[in-house]
Amino acid sequence: MAEAAAVPGGSLPHGQGSALRRMLANRRVVLGGAVLLFFALAAVFAPLIAPHDPVEQDLLLQYAPPVWADRAEPGYLFGTDNLGRDILSRLIYGAQIALFVAVTAAAAAGLLGTALGLLAGYLGGWVDTVISRLVEIWMAFPAVLLSIVLVAVMGTGLHSVIIAIAAIDWTRFCRVVRAETMAQKQQDYVASAVTVGLGRMHILWREILPNVLPLLIVLFTLEMGIAVIVEAILSYVNLSLASDFPTWGTMIADGRKYVNQAPWLMILPILCVIALVLALNALGDGLKDVLDPVMRK
Amino acid sequence: MSAARIPPAGTPGGSILSVRNLHLAIAGRRRHTPILRDVSLDIAPGEVHGLVGESGAGKTMIGKVILGIQPSRARITGGSVLFDGADITHLSERERRRLMGRGLGLIPQDPMTSLNPAYRIGGQIADVLRLHLGMNRTAARARTLELLHDVHIREPERVLRQYPHELSGGMRQRVSIAIAFACRPKLIVADEPTTALDVTVQRQVLALIKQMQAQEGASILFVTHDLGVVAKICDRVTVLHGGRVLEAGDTRRIVEASQHEYTRALMAATPRHDRPGDLLQPVPETLTARLDEEALAYDAAYAAAGTHDG
Repeated sequence: MAEAAAVPGGSLPHGQGSALRRMLANRRVVLGGAVLLFFALAAVFAPLIAPHDPVEQDLLLQYAPPVWADRAEPGYLFGTDNLGRDILSRLIYGAQIALFVAVTAAAAAGLLGTALGLLAGYLGGWVDTVISRLVEIWMAFPAVLLSIVLVAVMGTGLHSVIIAIAAIDWTRFCRVVRAETMAQKQQDYVASAVTVGLGRMHILWREILPNVLPLLIVLFTLEMGIAVIVEAILSYVNLSLASDFPTWGTMIADGRKYVNQAPWLMILPILCVIALVLALNALGDGLKDVLDPVMRK
Repeated sequence: MSAARIPPAGTPGGSILSVRNLHLAIAGRRRHTPILRDVSLDIAPGEVHGLVGESGAGKTMIGKVILGIQPSRARITGGSVLFDGADITHLSERERRRLMGRGLGLIPQDPMTSLNPAYRIGGQIADVLRLHLGMNRTAARARTLELLHDVHIREPERVLRQYPHELSGGMRQRVSIAIAFACRPKLIVADEPTTALDVTVQRQVLALIKQMQAQEGASILFVTHDLGVVAKICDRVTVLHGGRVLEAGDTRRIVEASQHEYTRALMAATPRHDRPGDLLQPVPETLTARLDEEALAYDAAYAAAGTHDG
């Protein structure tokens, strides 16, 4: 174990500089990060860069094809849908919703799962038993079905989607964090912390949690990808926002009806979902490689 | 075990630490497995006390019991540990925390894992000072620099800002020693503090522990398997096998004229600088087998006595 610990460079909490350099040397981190940044910028600056109002209808301009096709309408890069709404603008505003849900749902799931995972792993005993059994029971439910039931019970809307994702996926965080906490607890620095007289909760939050953090960053990124998909699924089945609001899932659902006349209505939002989820997964995997050797001392 | 609070005046022989007939077992599903059998040892103020034994002798467990970090399944089935005259085997978490730092300290075995990888060296030392001595940020920083200087770390200002993984094993162990001595504890448990280091660094670290001990006047319980190290640093020695004390006494007497066959066998198995030509003799298996039998016989007798008591 002594040799393994002597890995040069540092994990994220070790030396910010060296960790950043190693991330920039990882192709998946750079590629995934770049695509994520692209969507994030589009989402943040949506009002500035969207060429049209995403809900503004123009019935004289139905089914305008994208710019690369014949008869493309100037000013409508990706064409228009059945109500003459600008696809590009709708995709940009859709990114806003997708990323908002991804960040908040992953954060909520992460907070809940991490807190319970830390407690289970550190305290052990009956606390661990209760939390672990709860996780097992929870994971026995099929995730998508459970989320549809949850949203149906809470009523449609963005907050329901976020709560549903968090309520289902906290178990992912909980299991991994519990295992890592148990591993960290065995490290001598925890015994040292006890012998200098630090309290149990201080040791858990201030000594152990920082060492679980690299793992949490990876989990968070992967969870964002899952949240994007779940949000798309829920809006596809019309359980998310009202249908005139541009989410990628509703766009796919709407486009499905006109897939013969205007296939781009369905293809473009699908491509957006795929690109964003791929980017998040690549980023997560890349971060795992960058942070892993230091994490597993 | 019954007398939880004995006034300091009543401490046997003015010891800072007094382990009295300590019995400890690991609780299993069916039965308890005895680990410590009637262990007694005394450490006077300012004394360096060696605790020697092979792996599995229970020496580390004694250190852990003193520090209150024994595994949760370990049960103290008899005896007591008096620190400064008070039994510390059944302290609450709050009482235990108050005792740490200023009362007890630890020099851990493996410097690779004993420092928190997430924090800078300076912060880890300063935290201890602020916790126990109530120092403010500036005072704690000044004292941290002083401590790093005391443990012979060059460029303490730079090391202050470094993370544990940026330091060598020897450097980290120096930092651990600085943390152990930071609040001037009365007793430090050094759990094989040189085992994980290479031989050249071992000697420096040993010398450093001895120097810090003389400077601060702390007592040290020095847990090791290496009689050579004991001969260098310890005033008195307790030899342990199978969780039983076989022999205890002044280092010189134990090393030169041991009364116990096992200690002599252990000596023959230890490389000696003063006799470089000698072949090392492994401890004979017949001897360890006999000692194990004695231990089991003791368990049976102890269990029988326990049932009679009710």
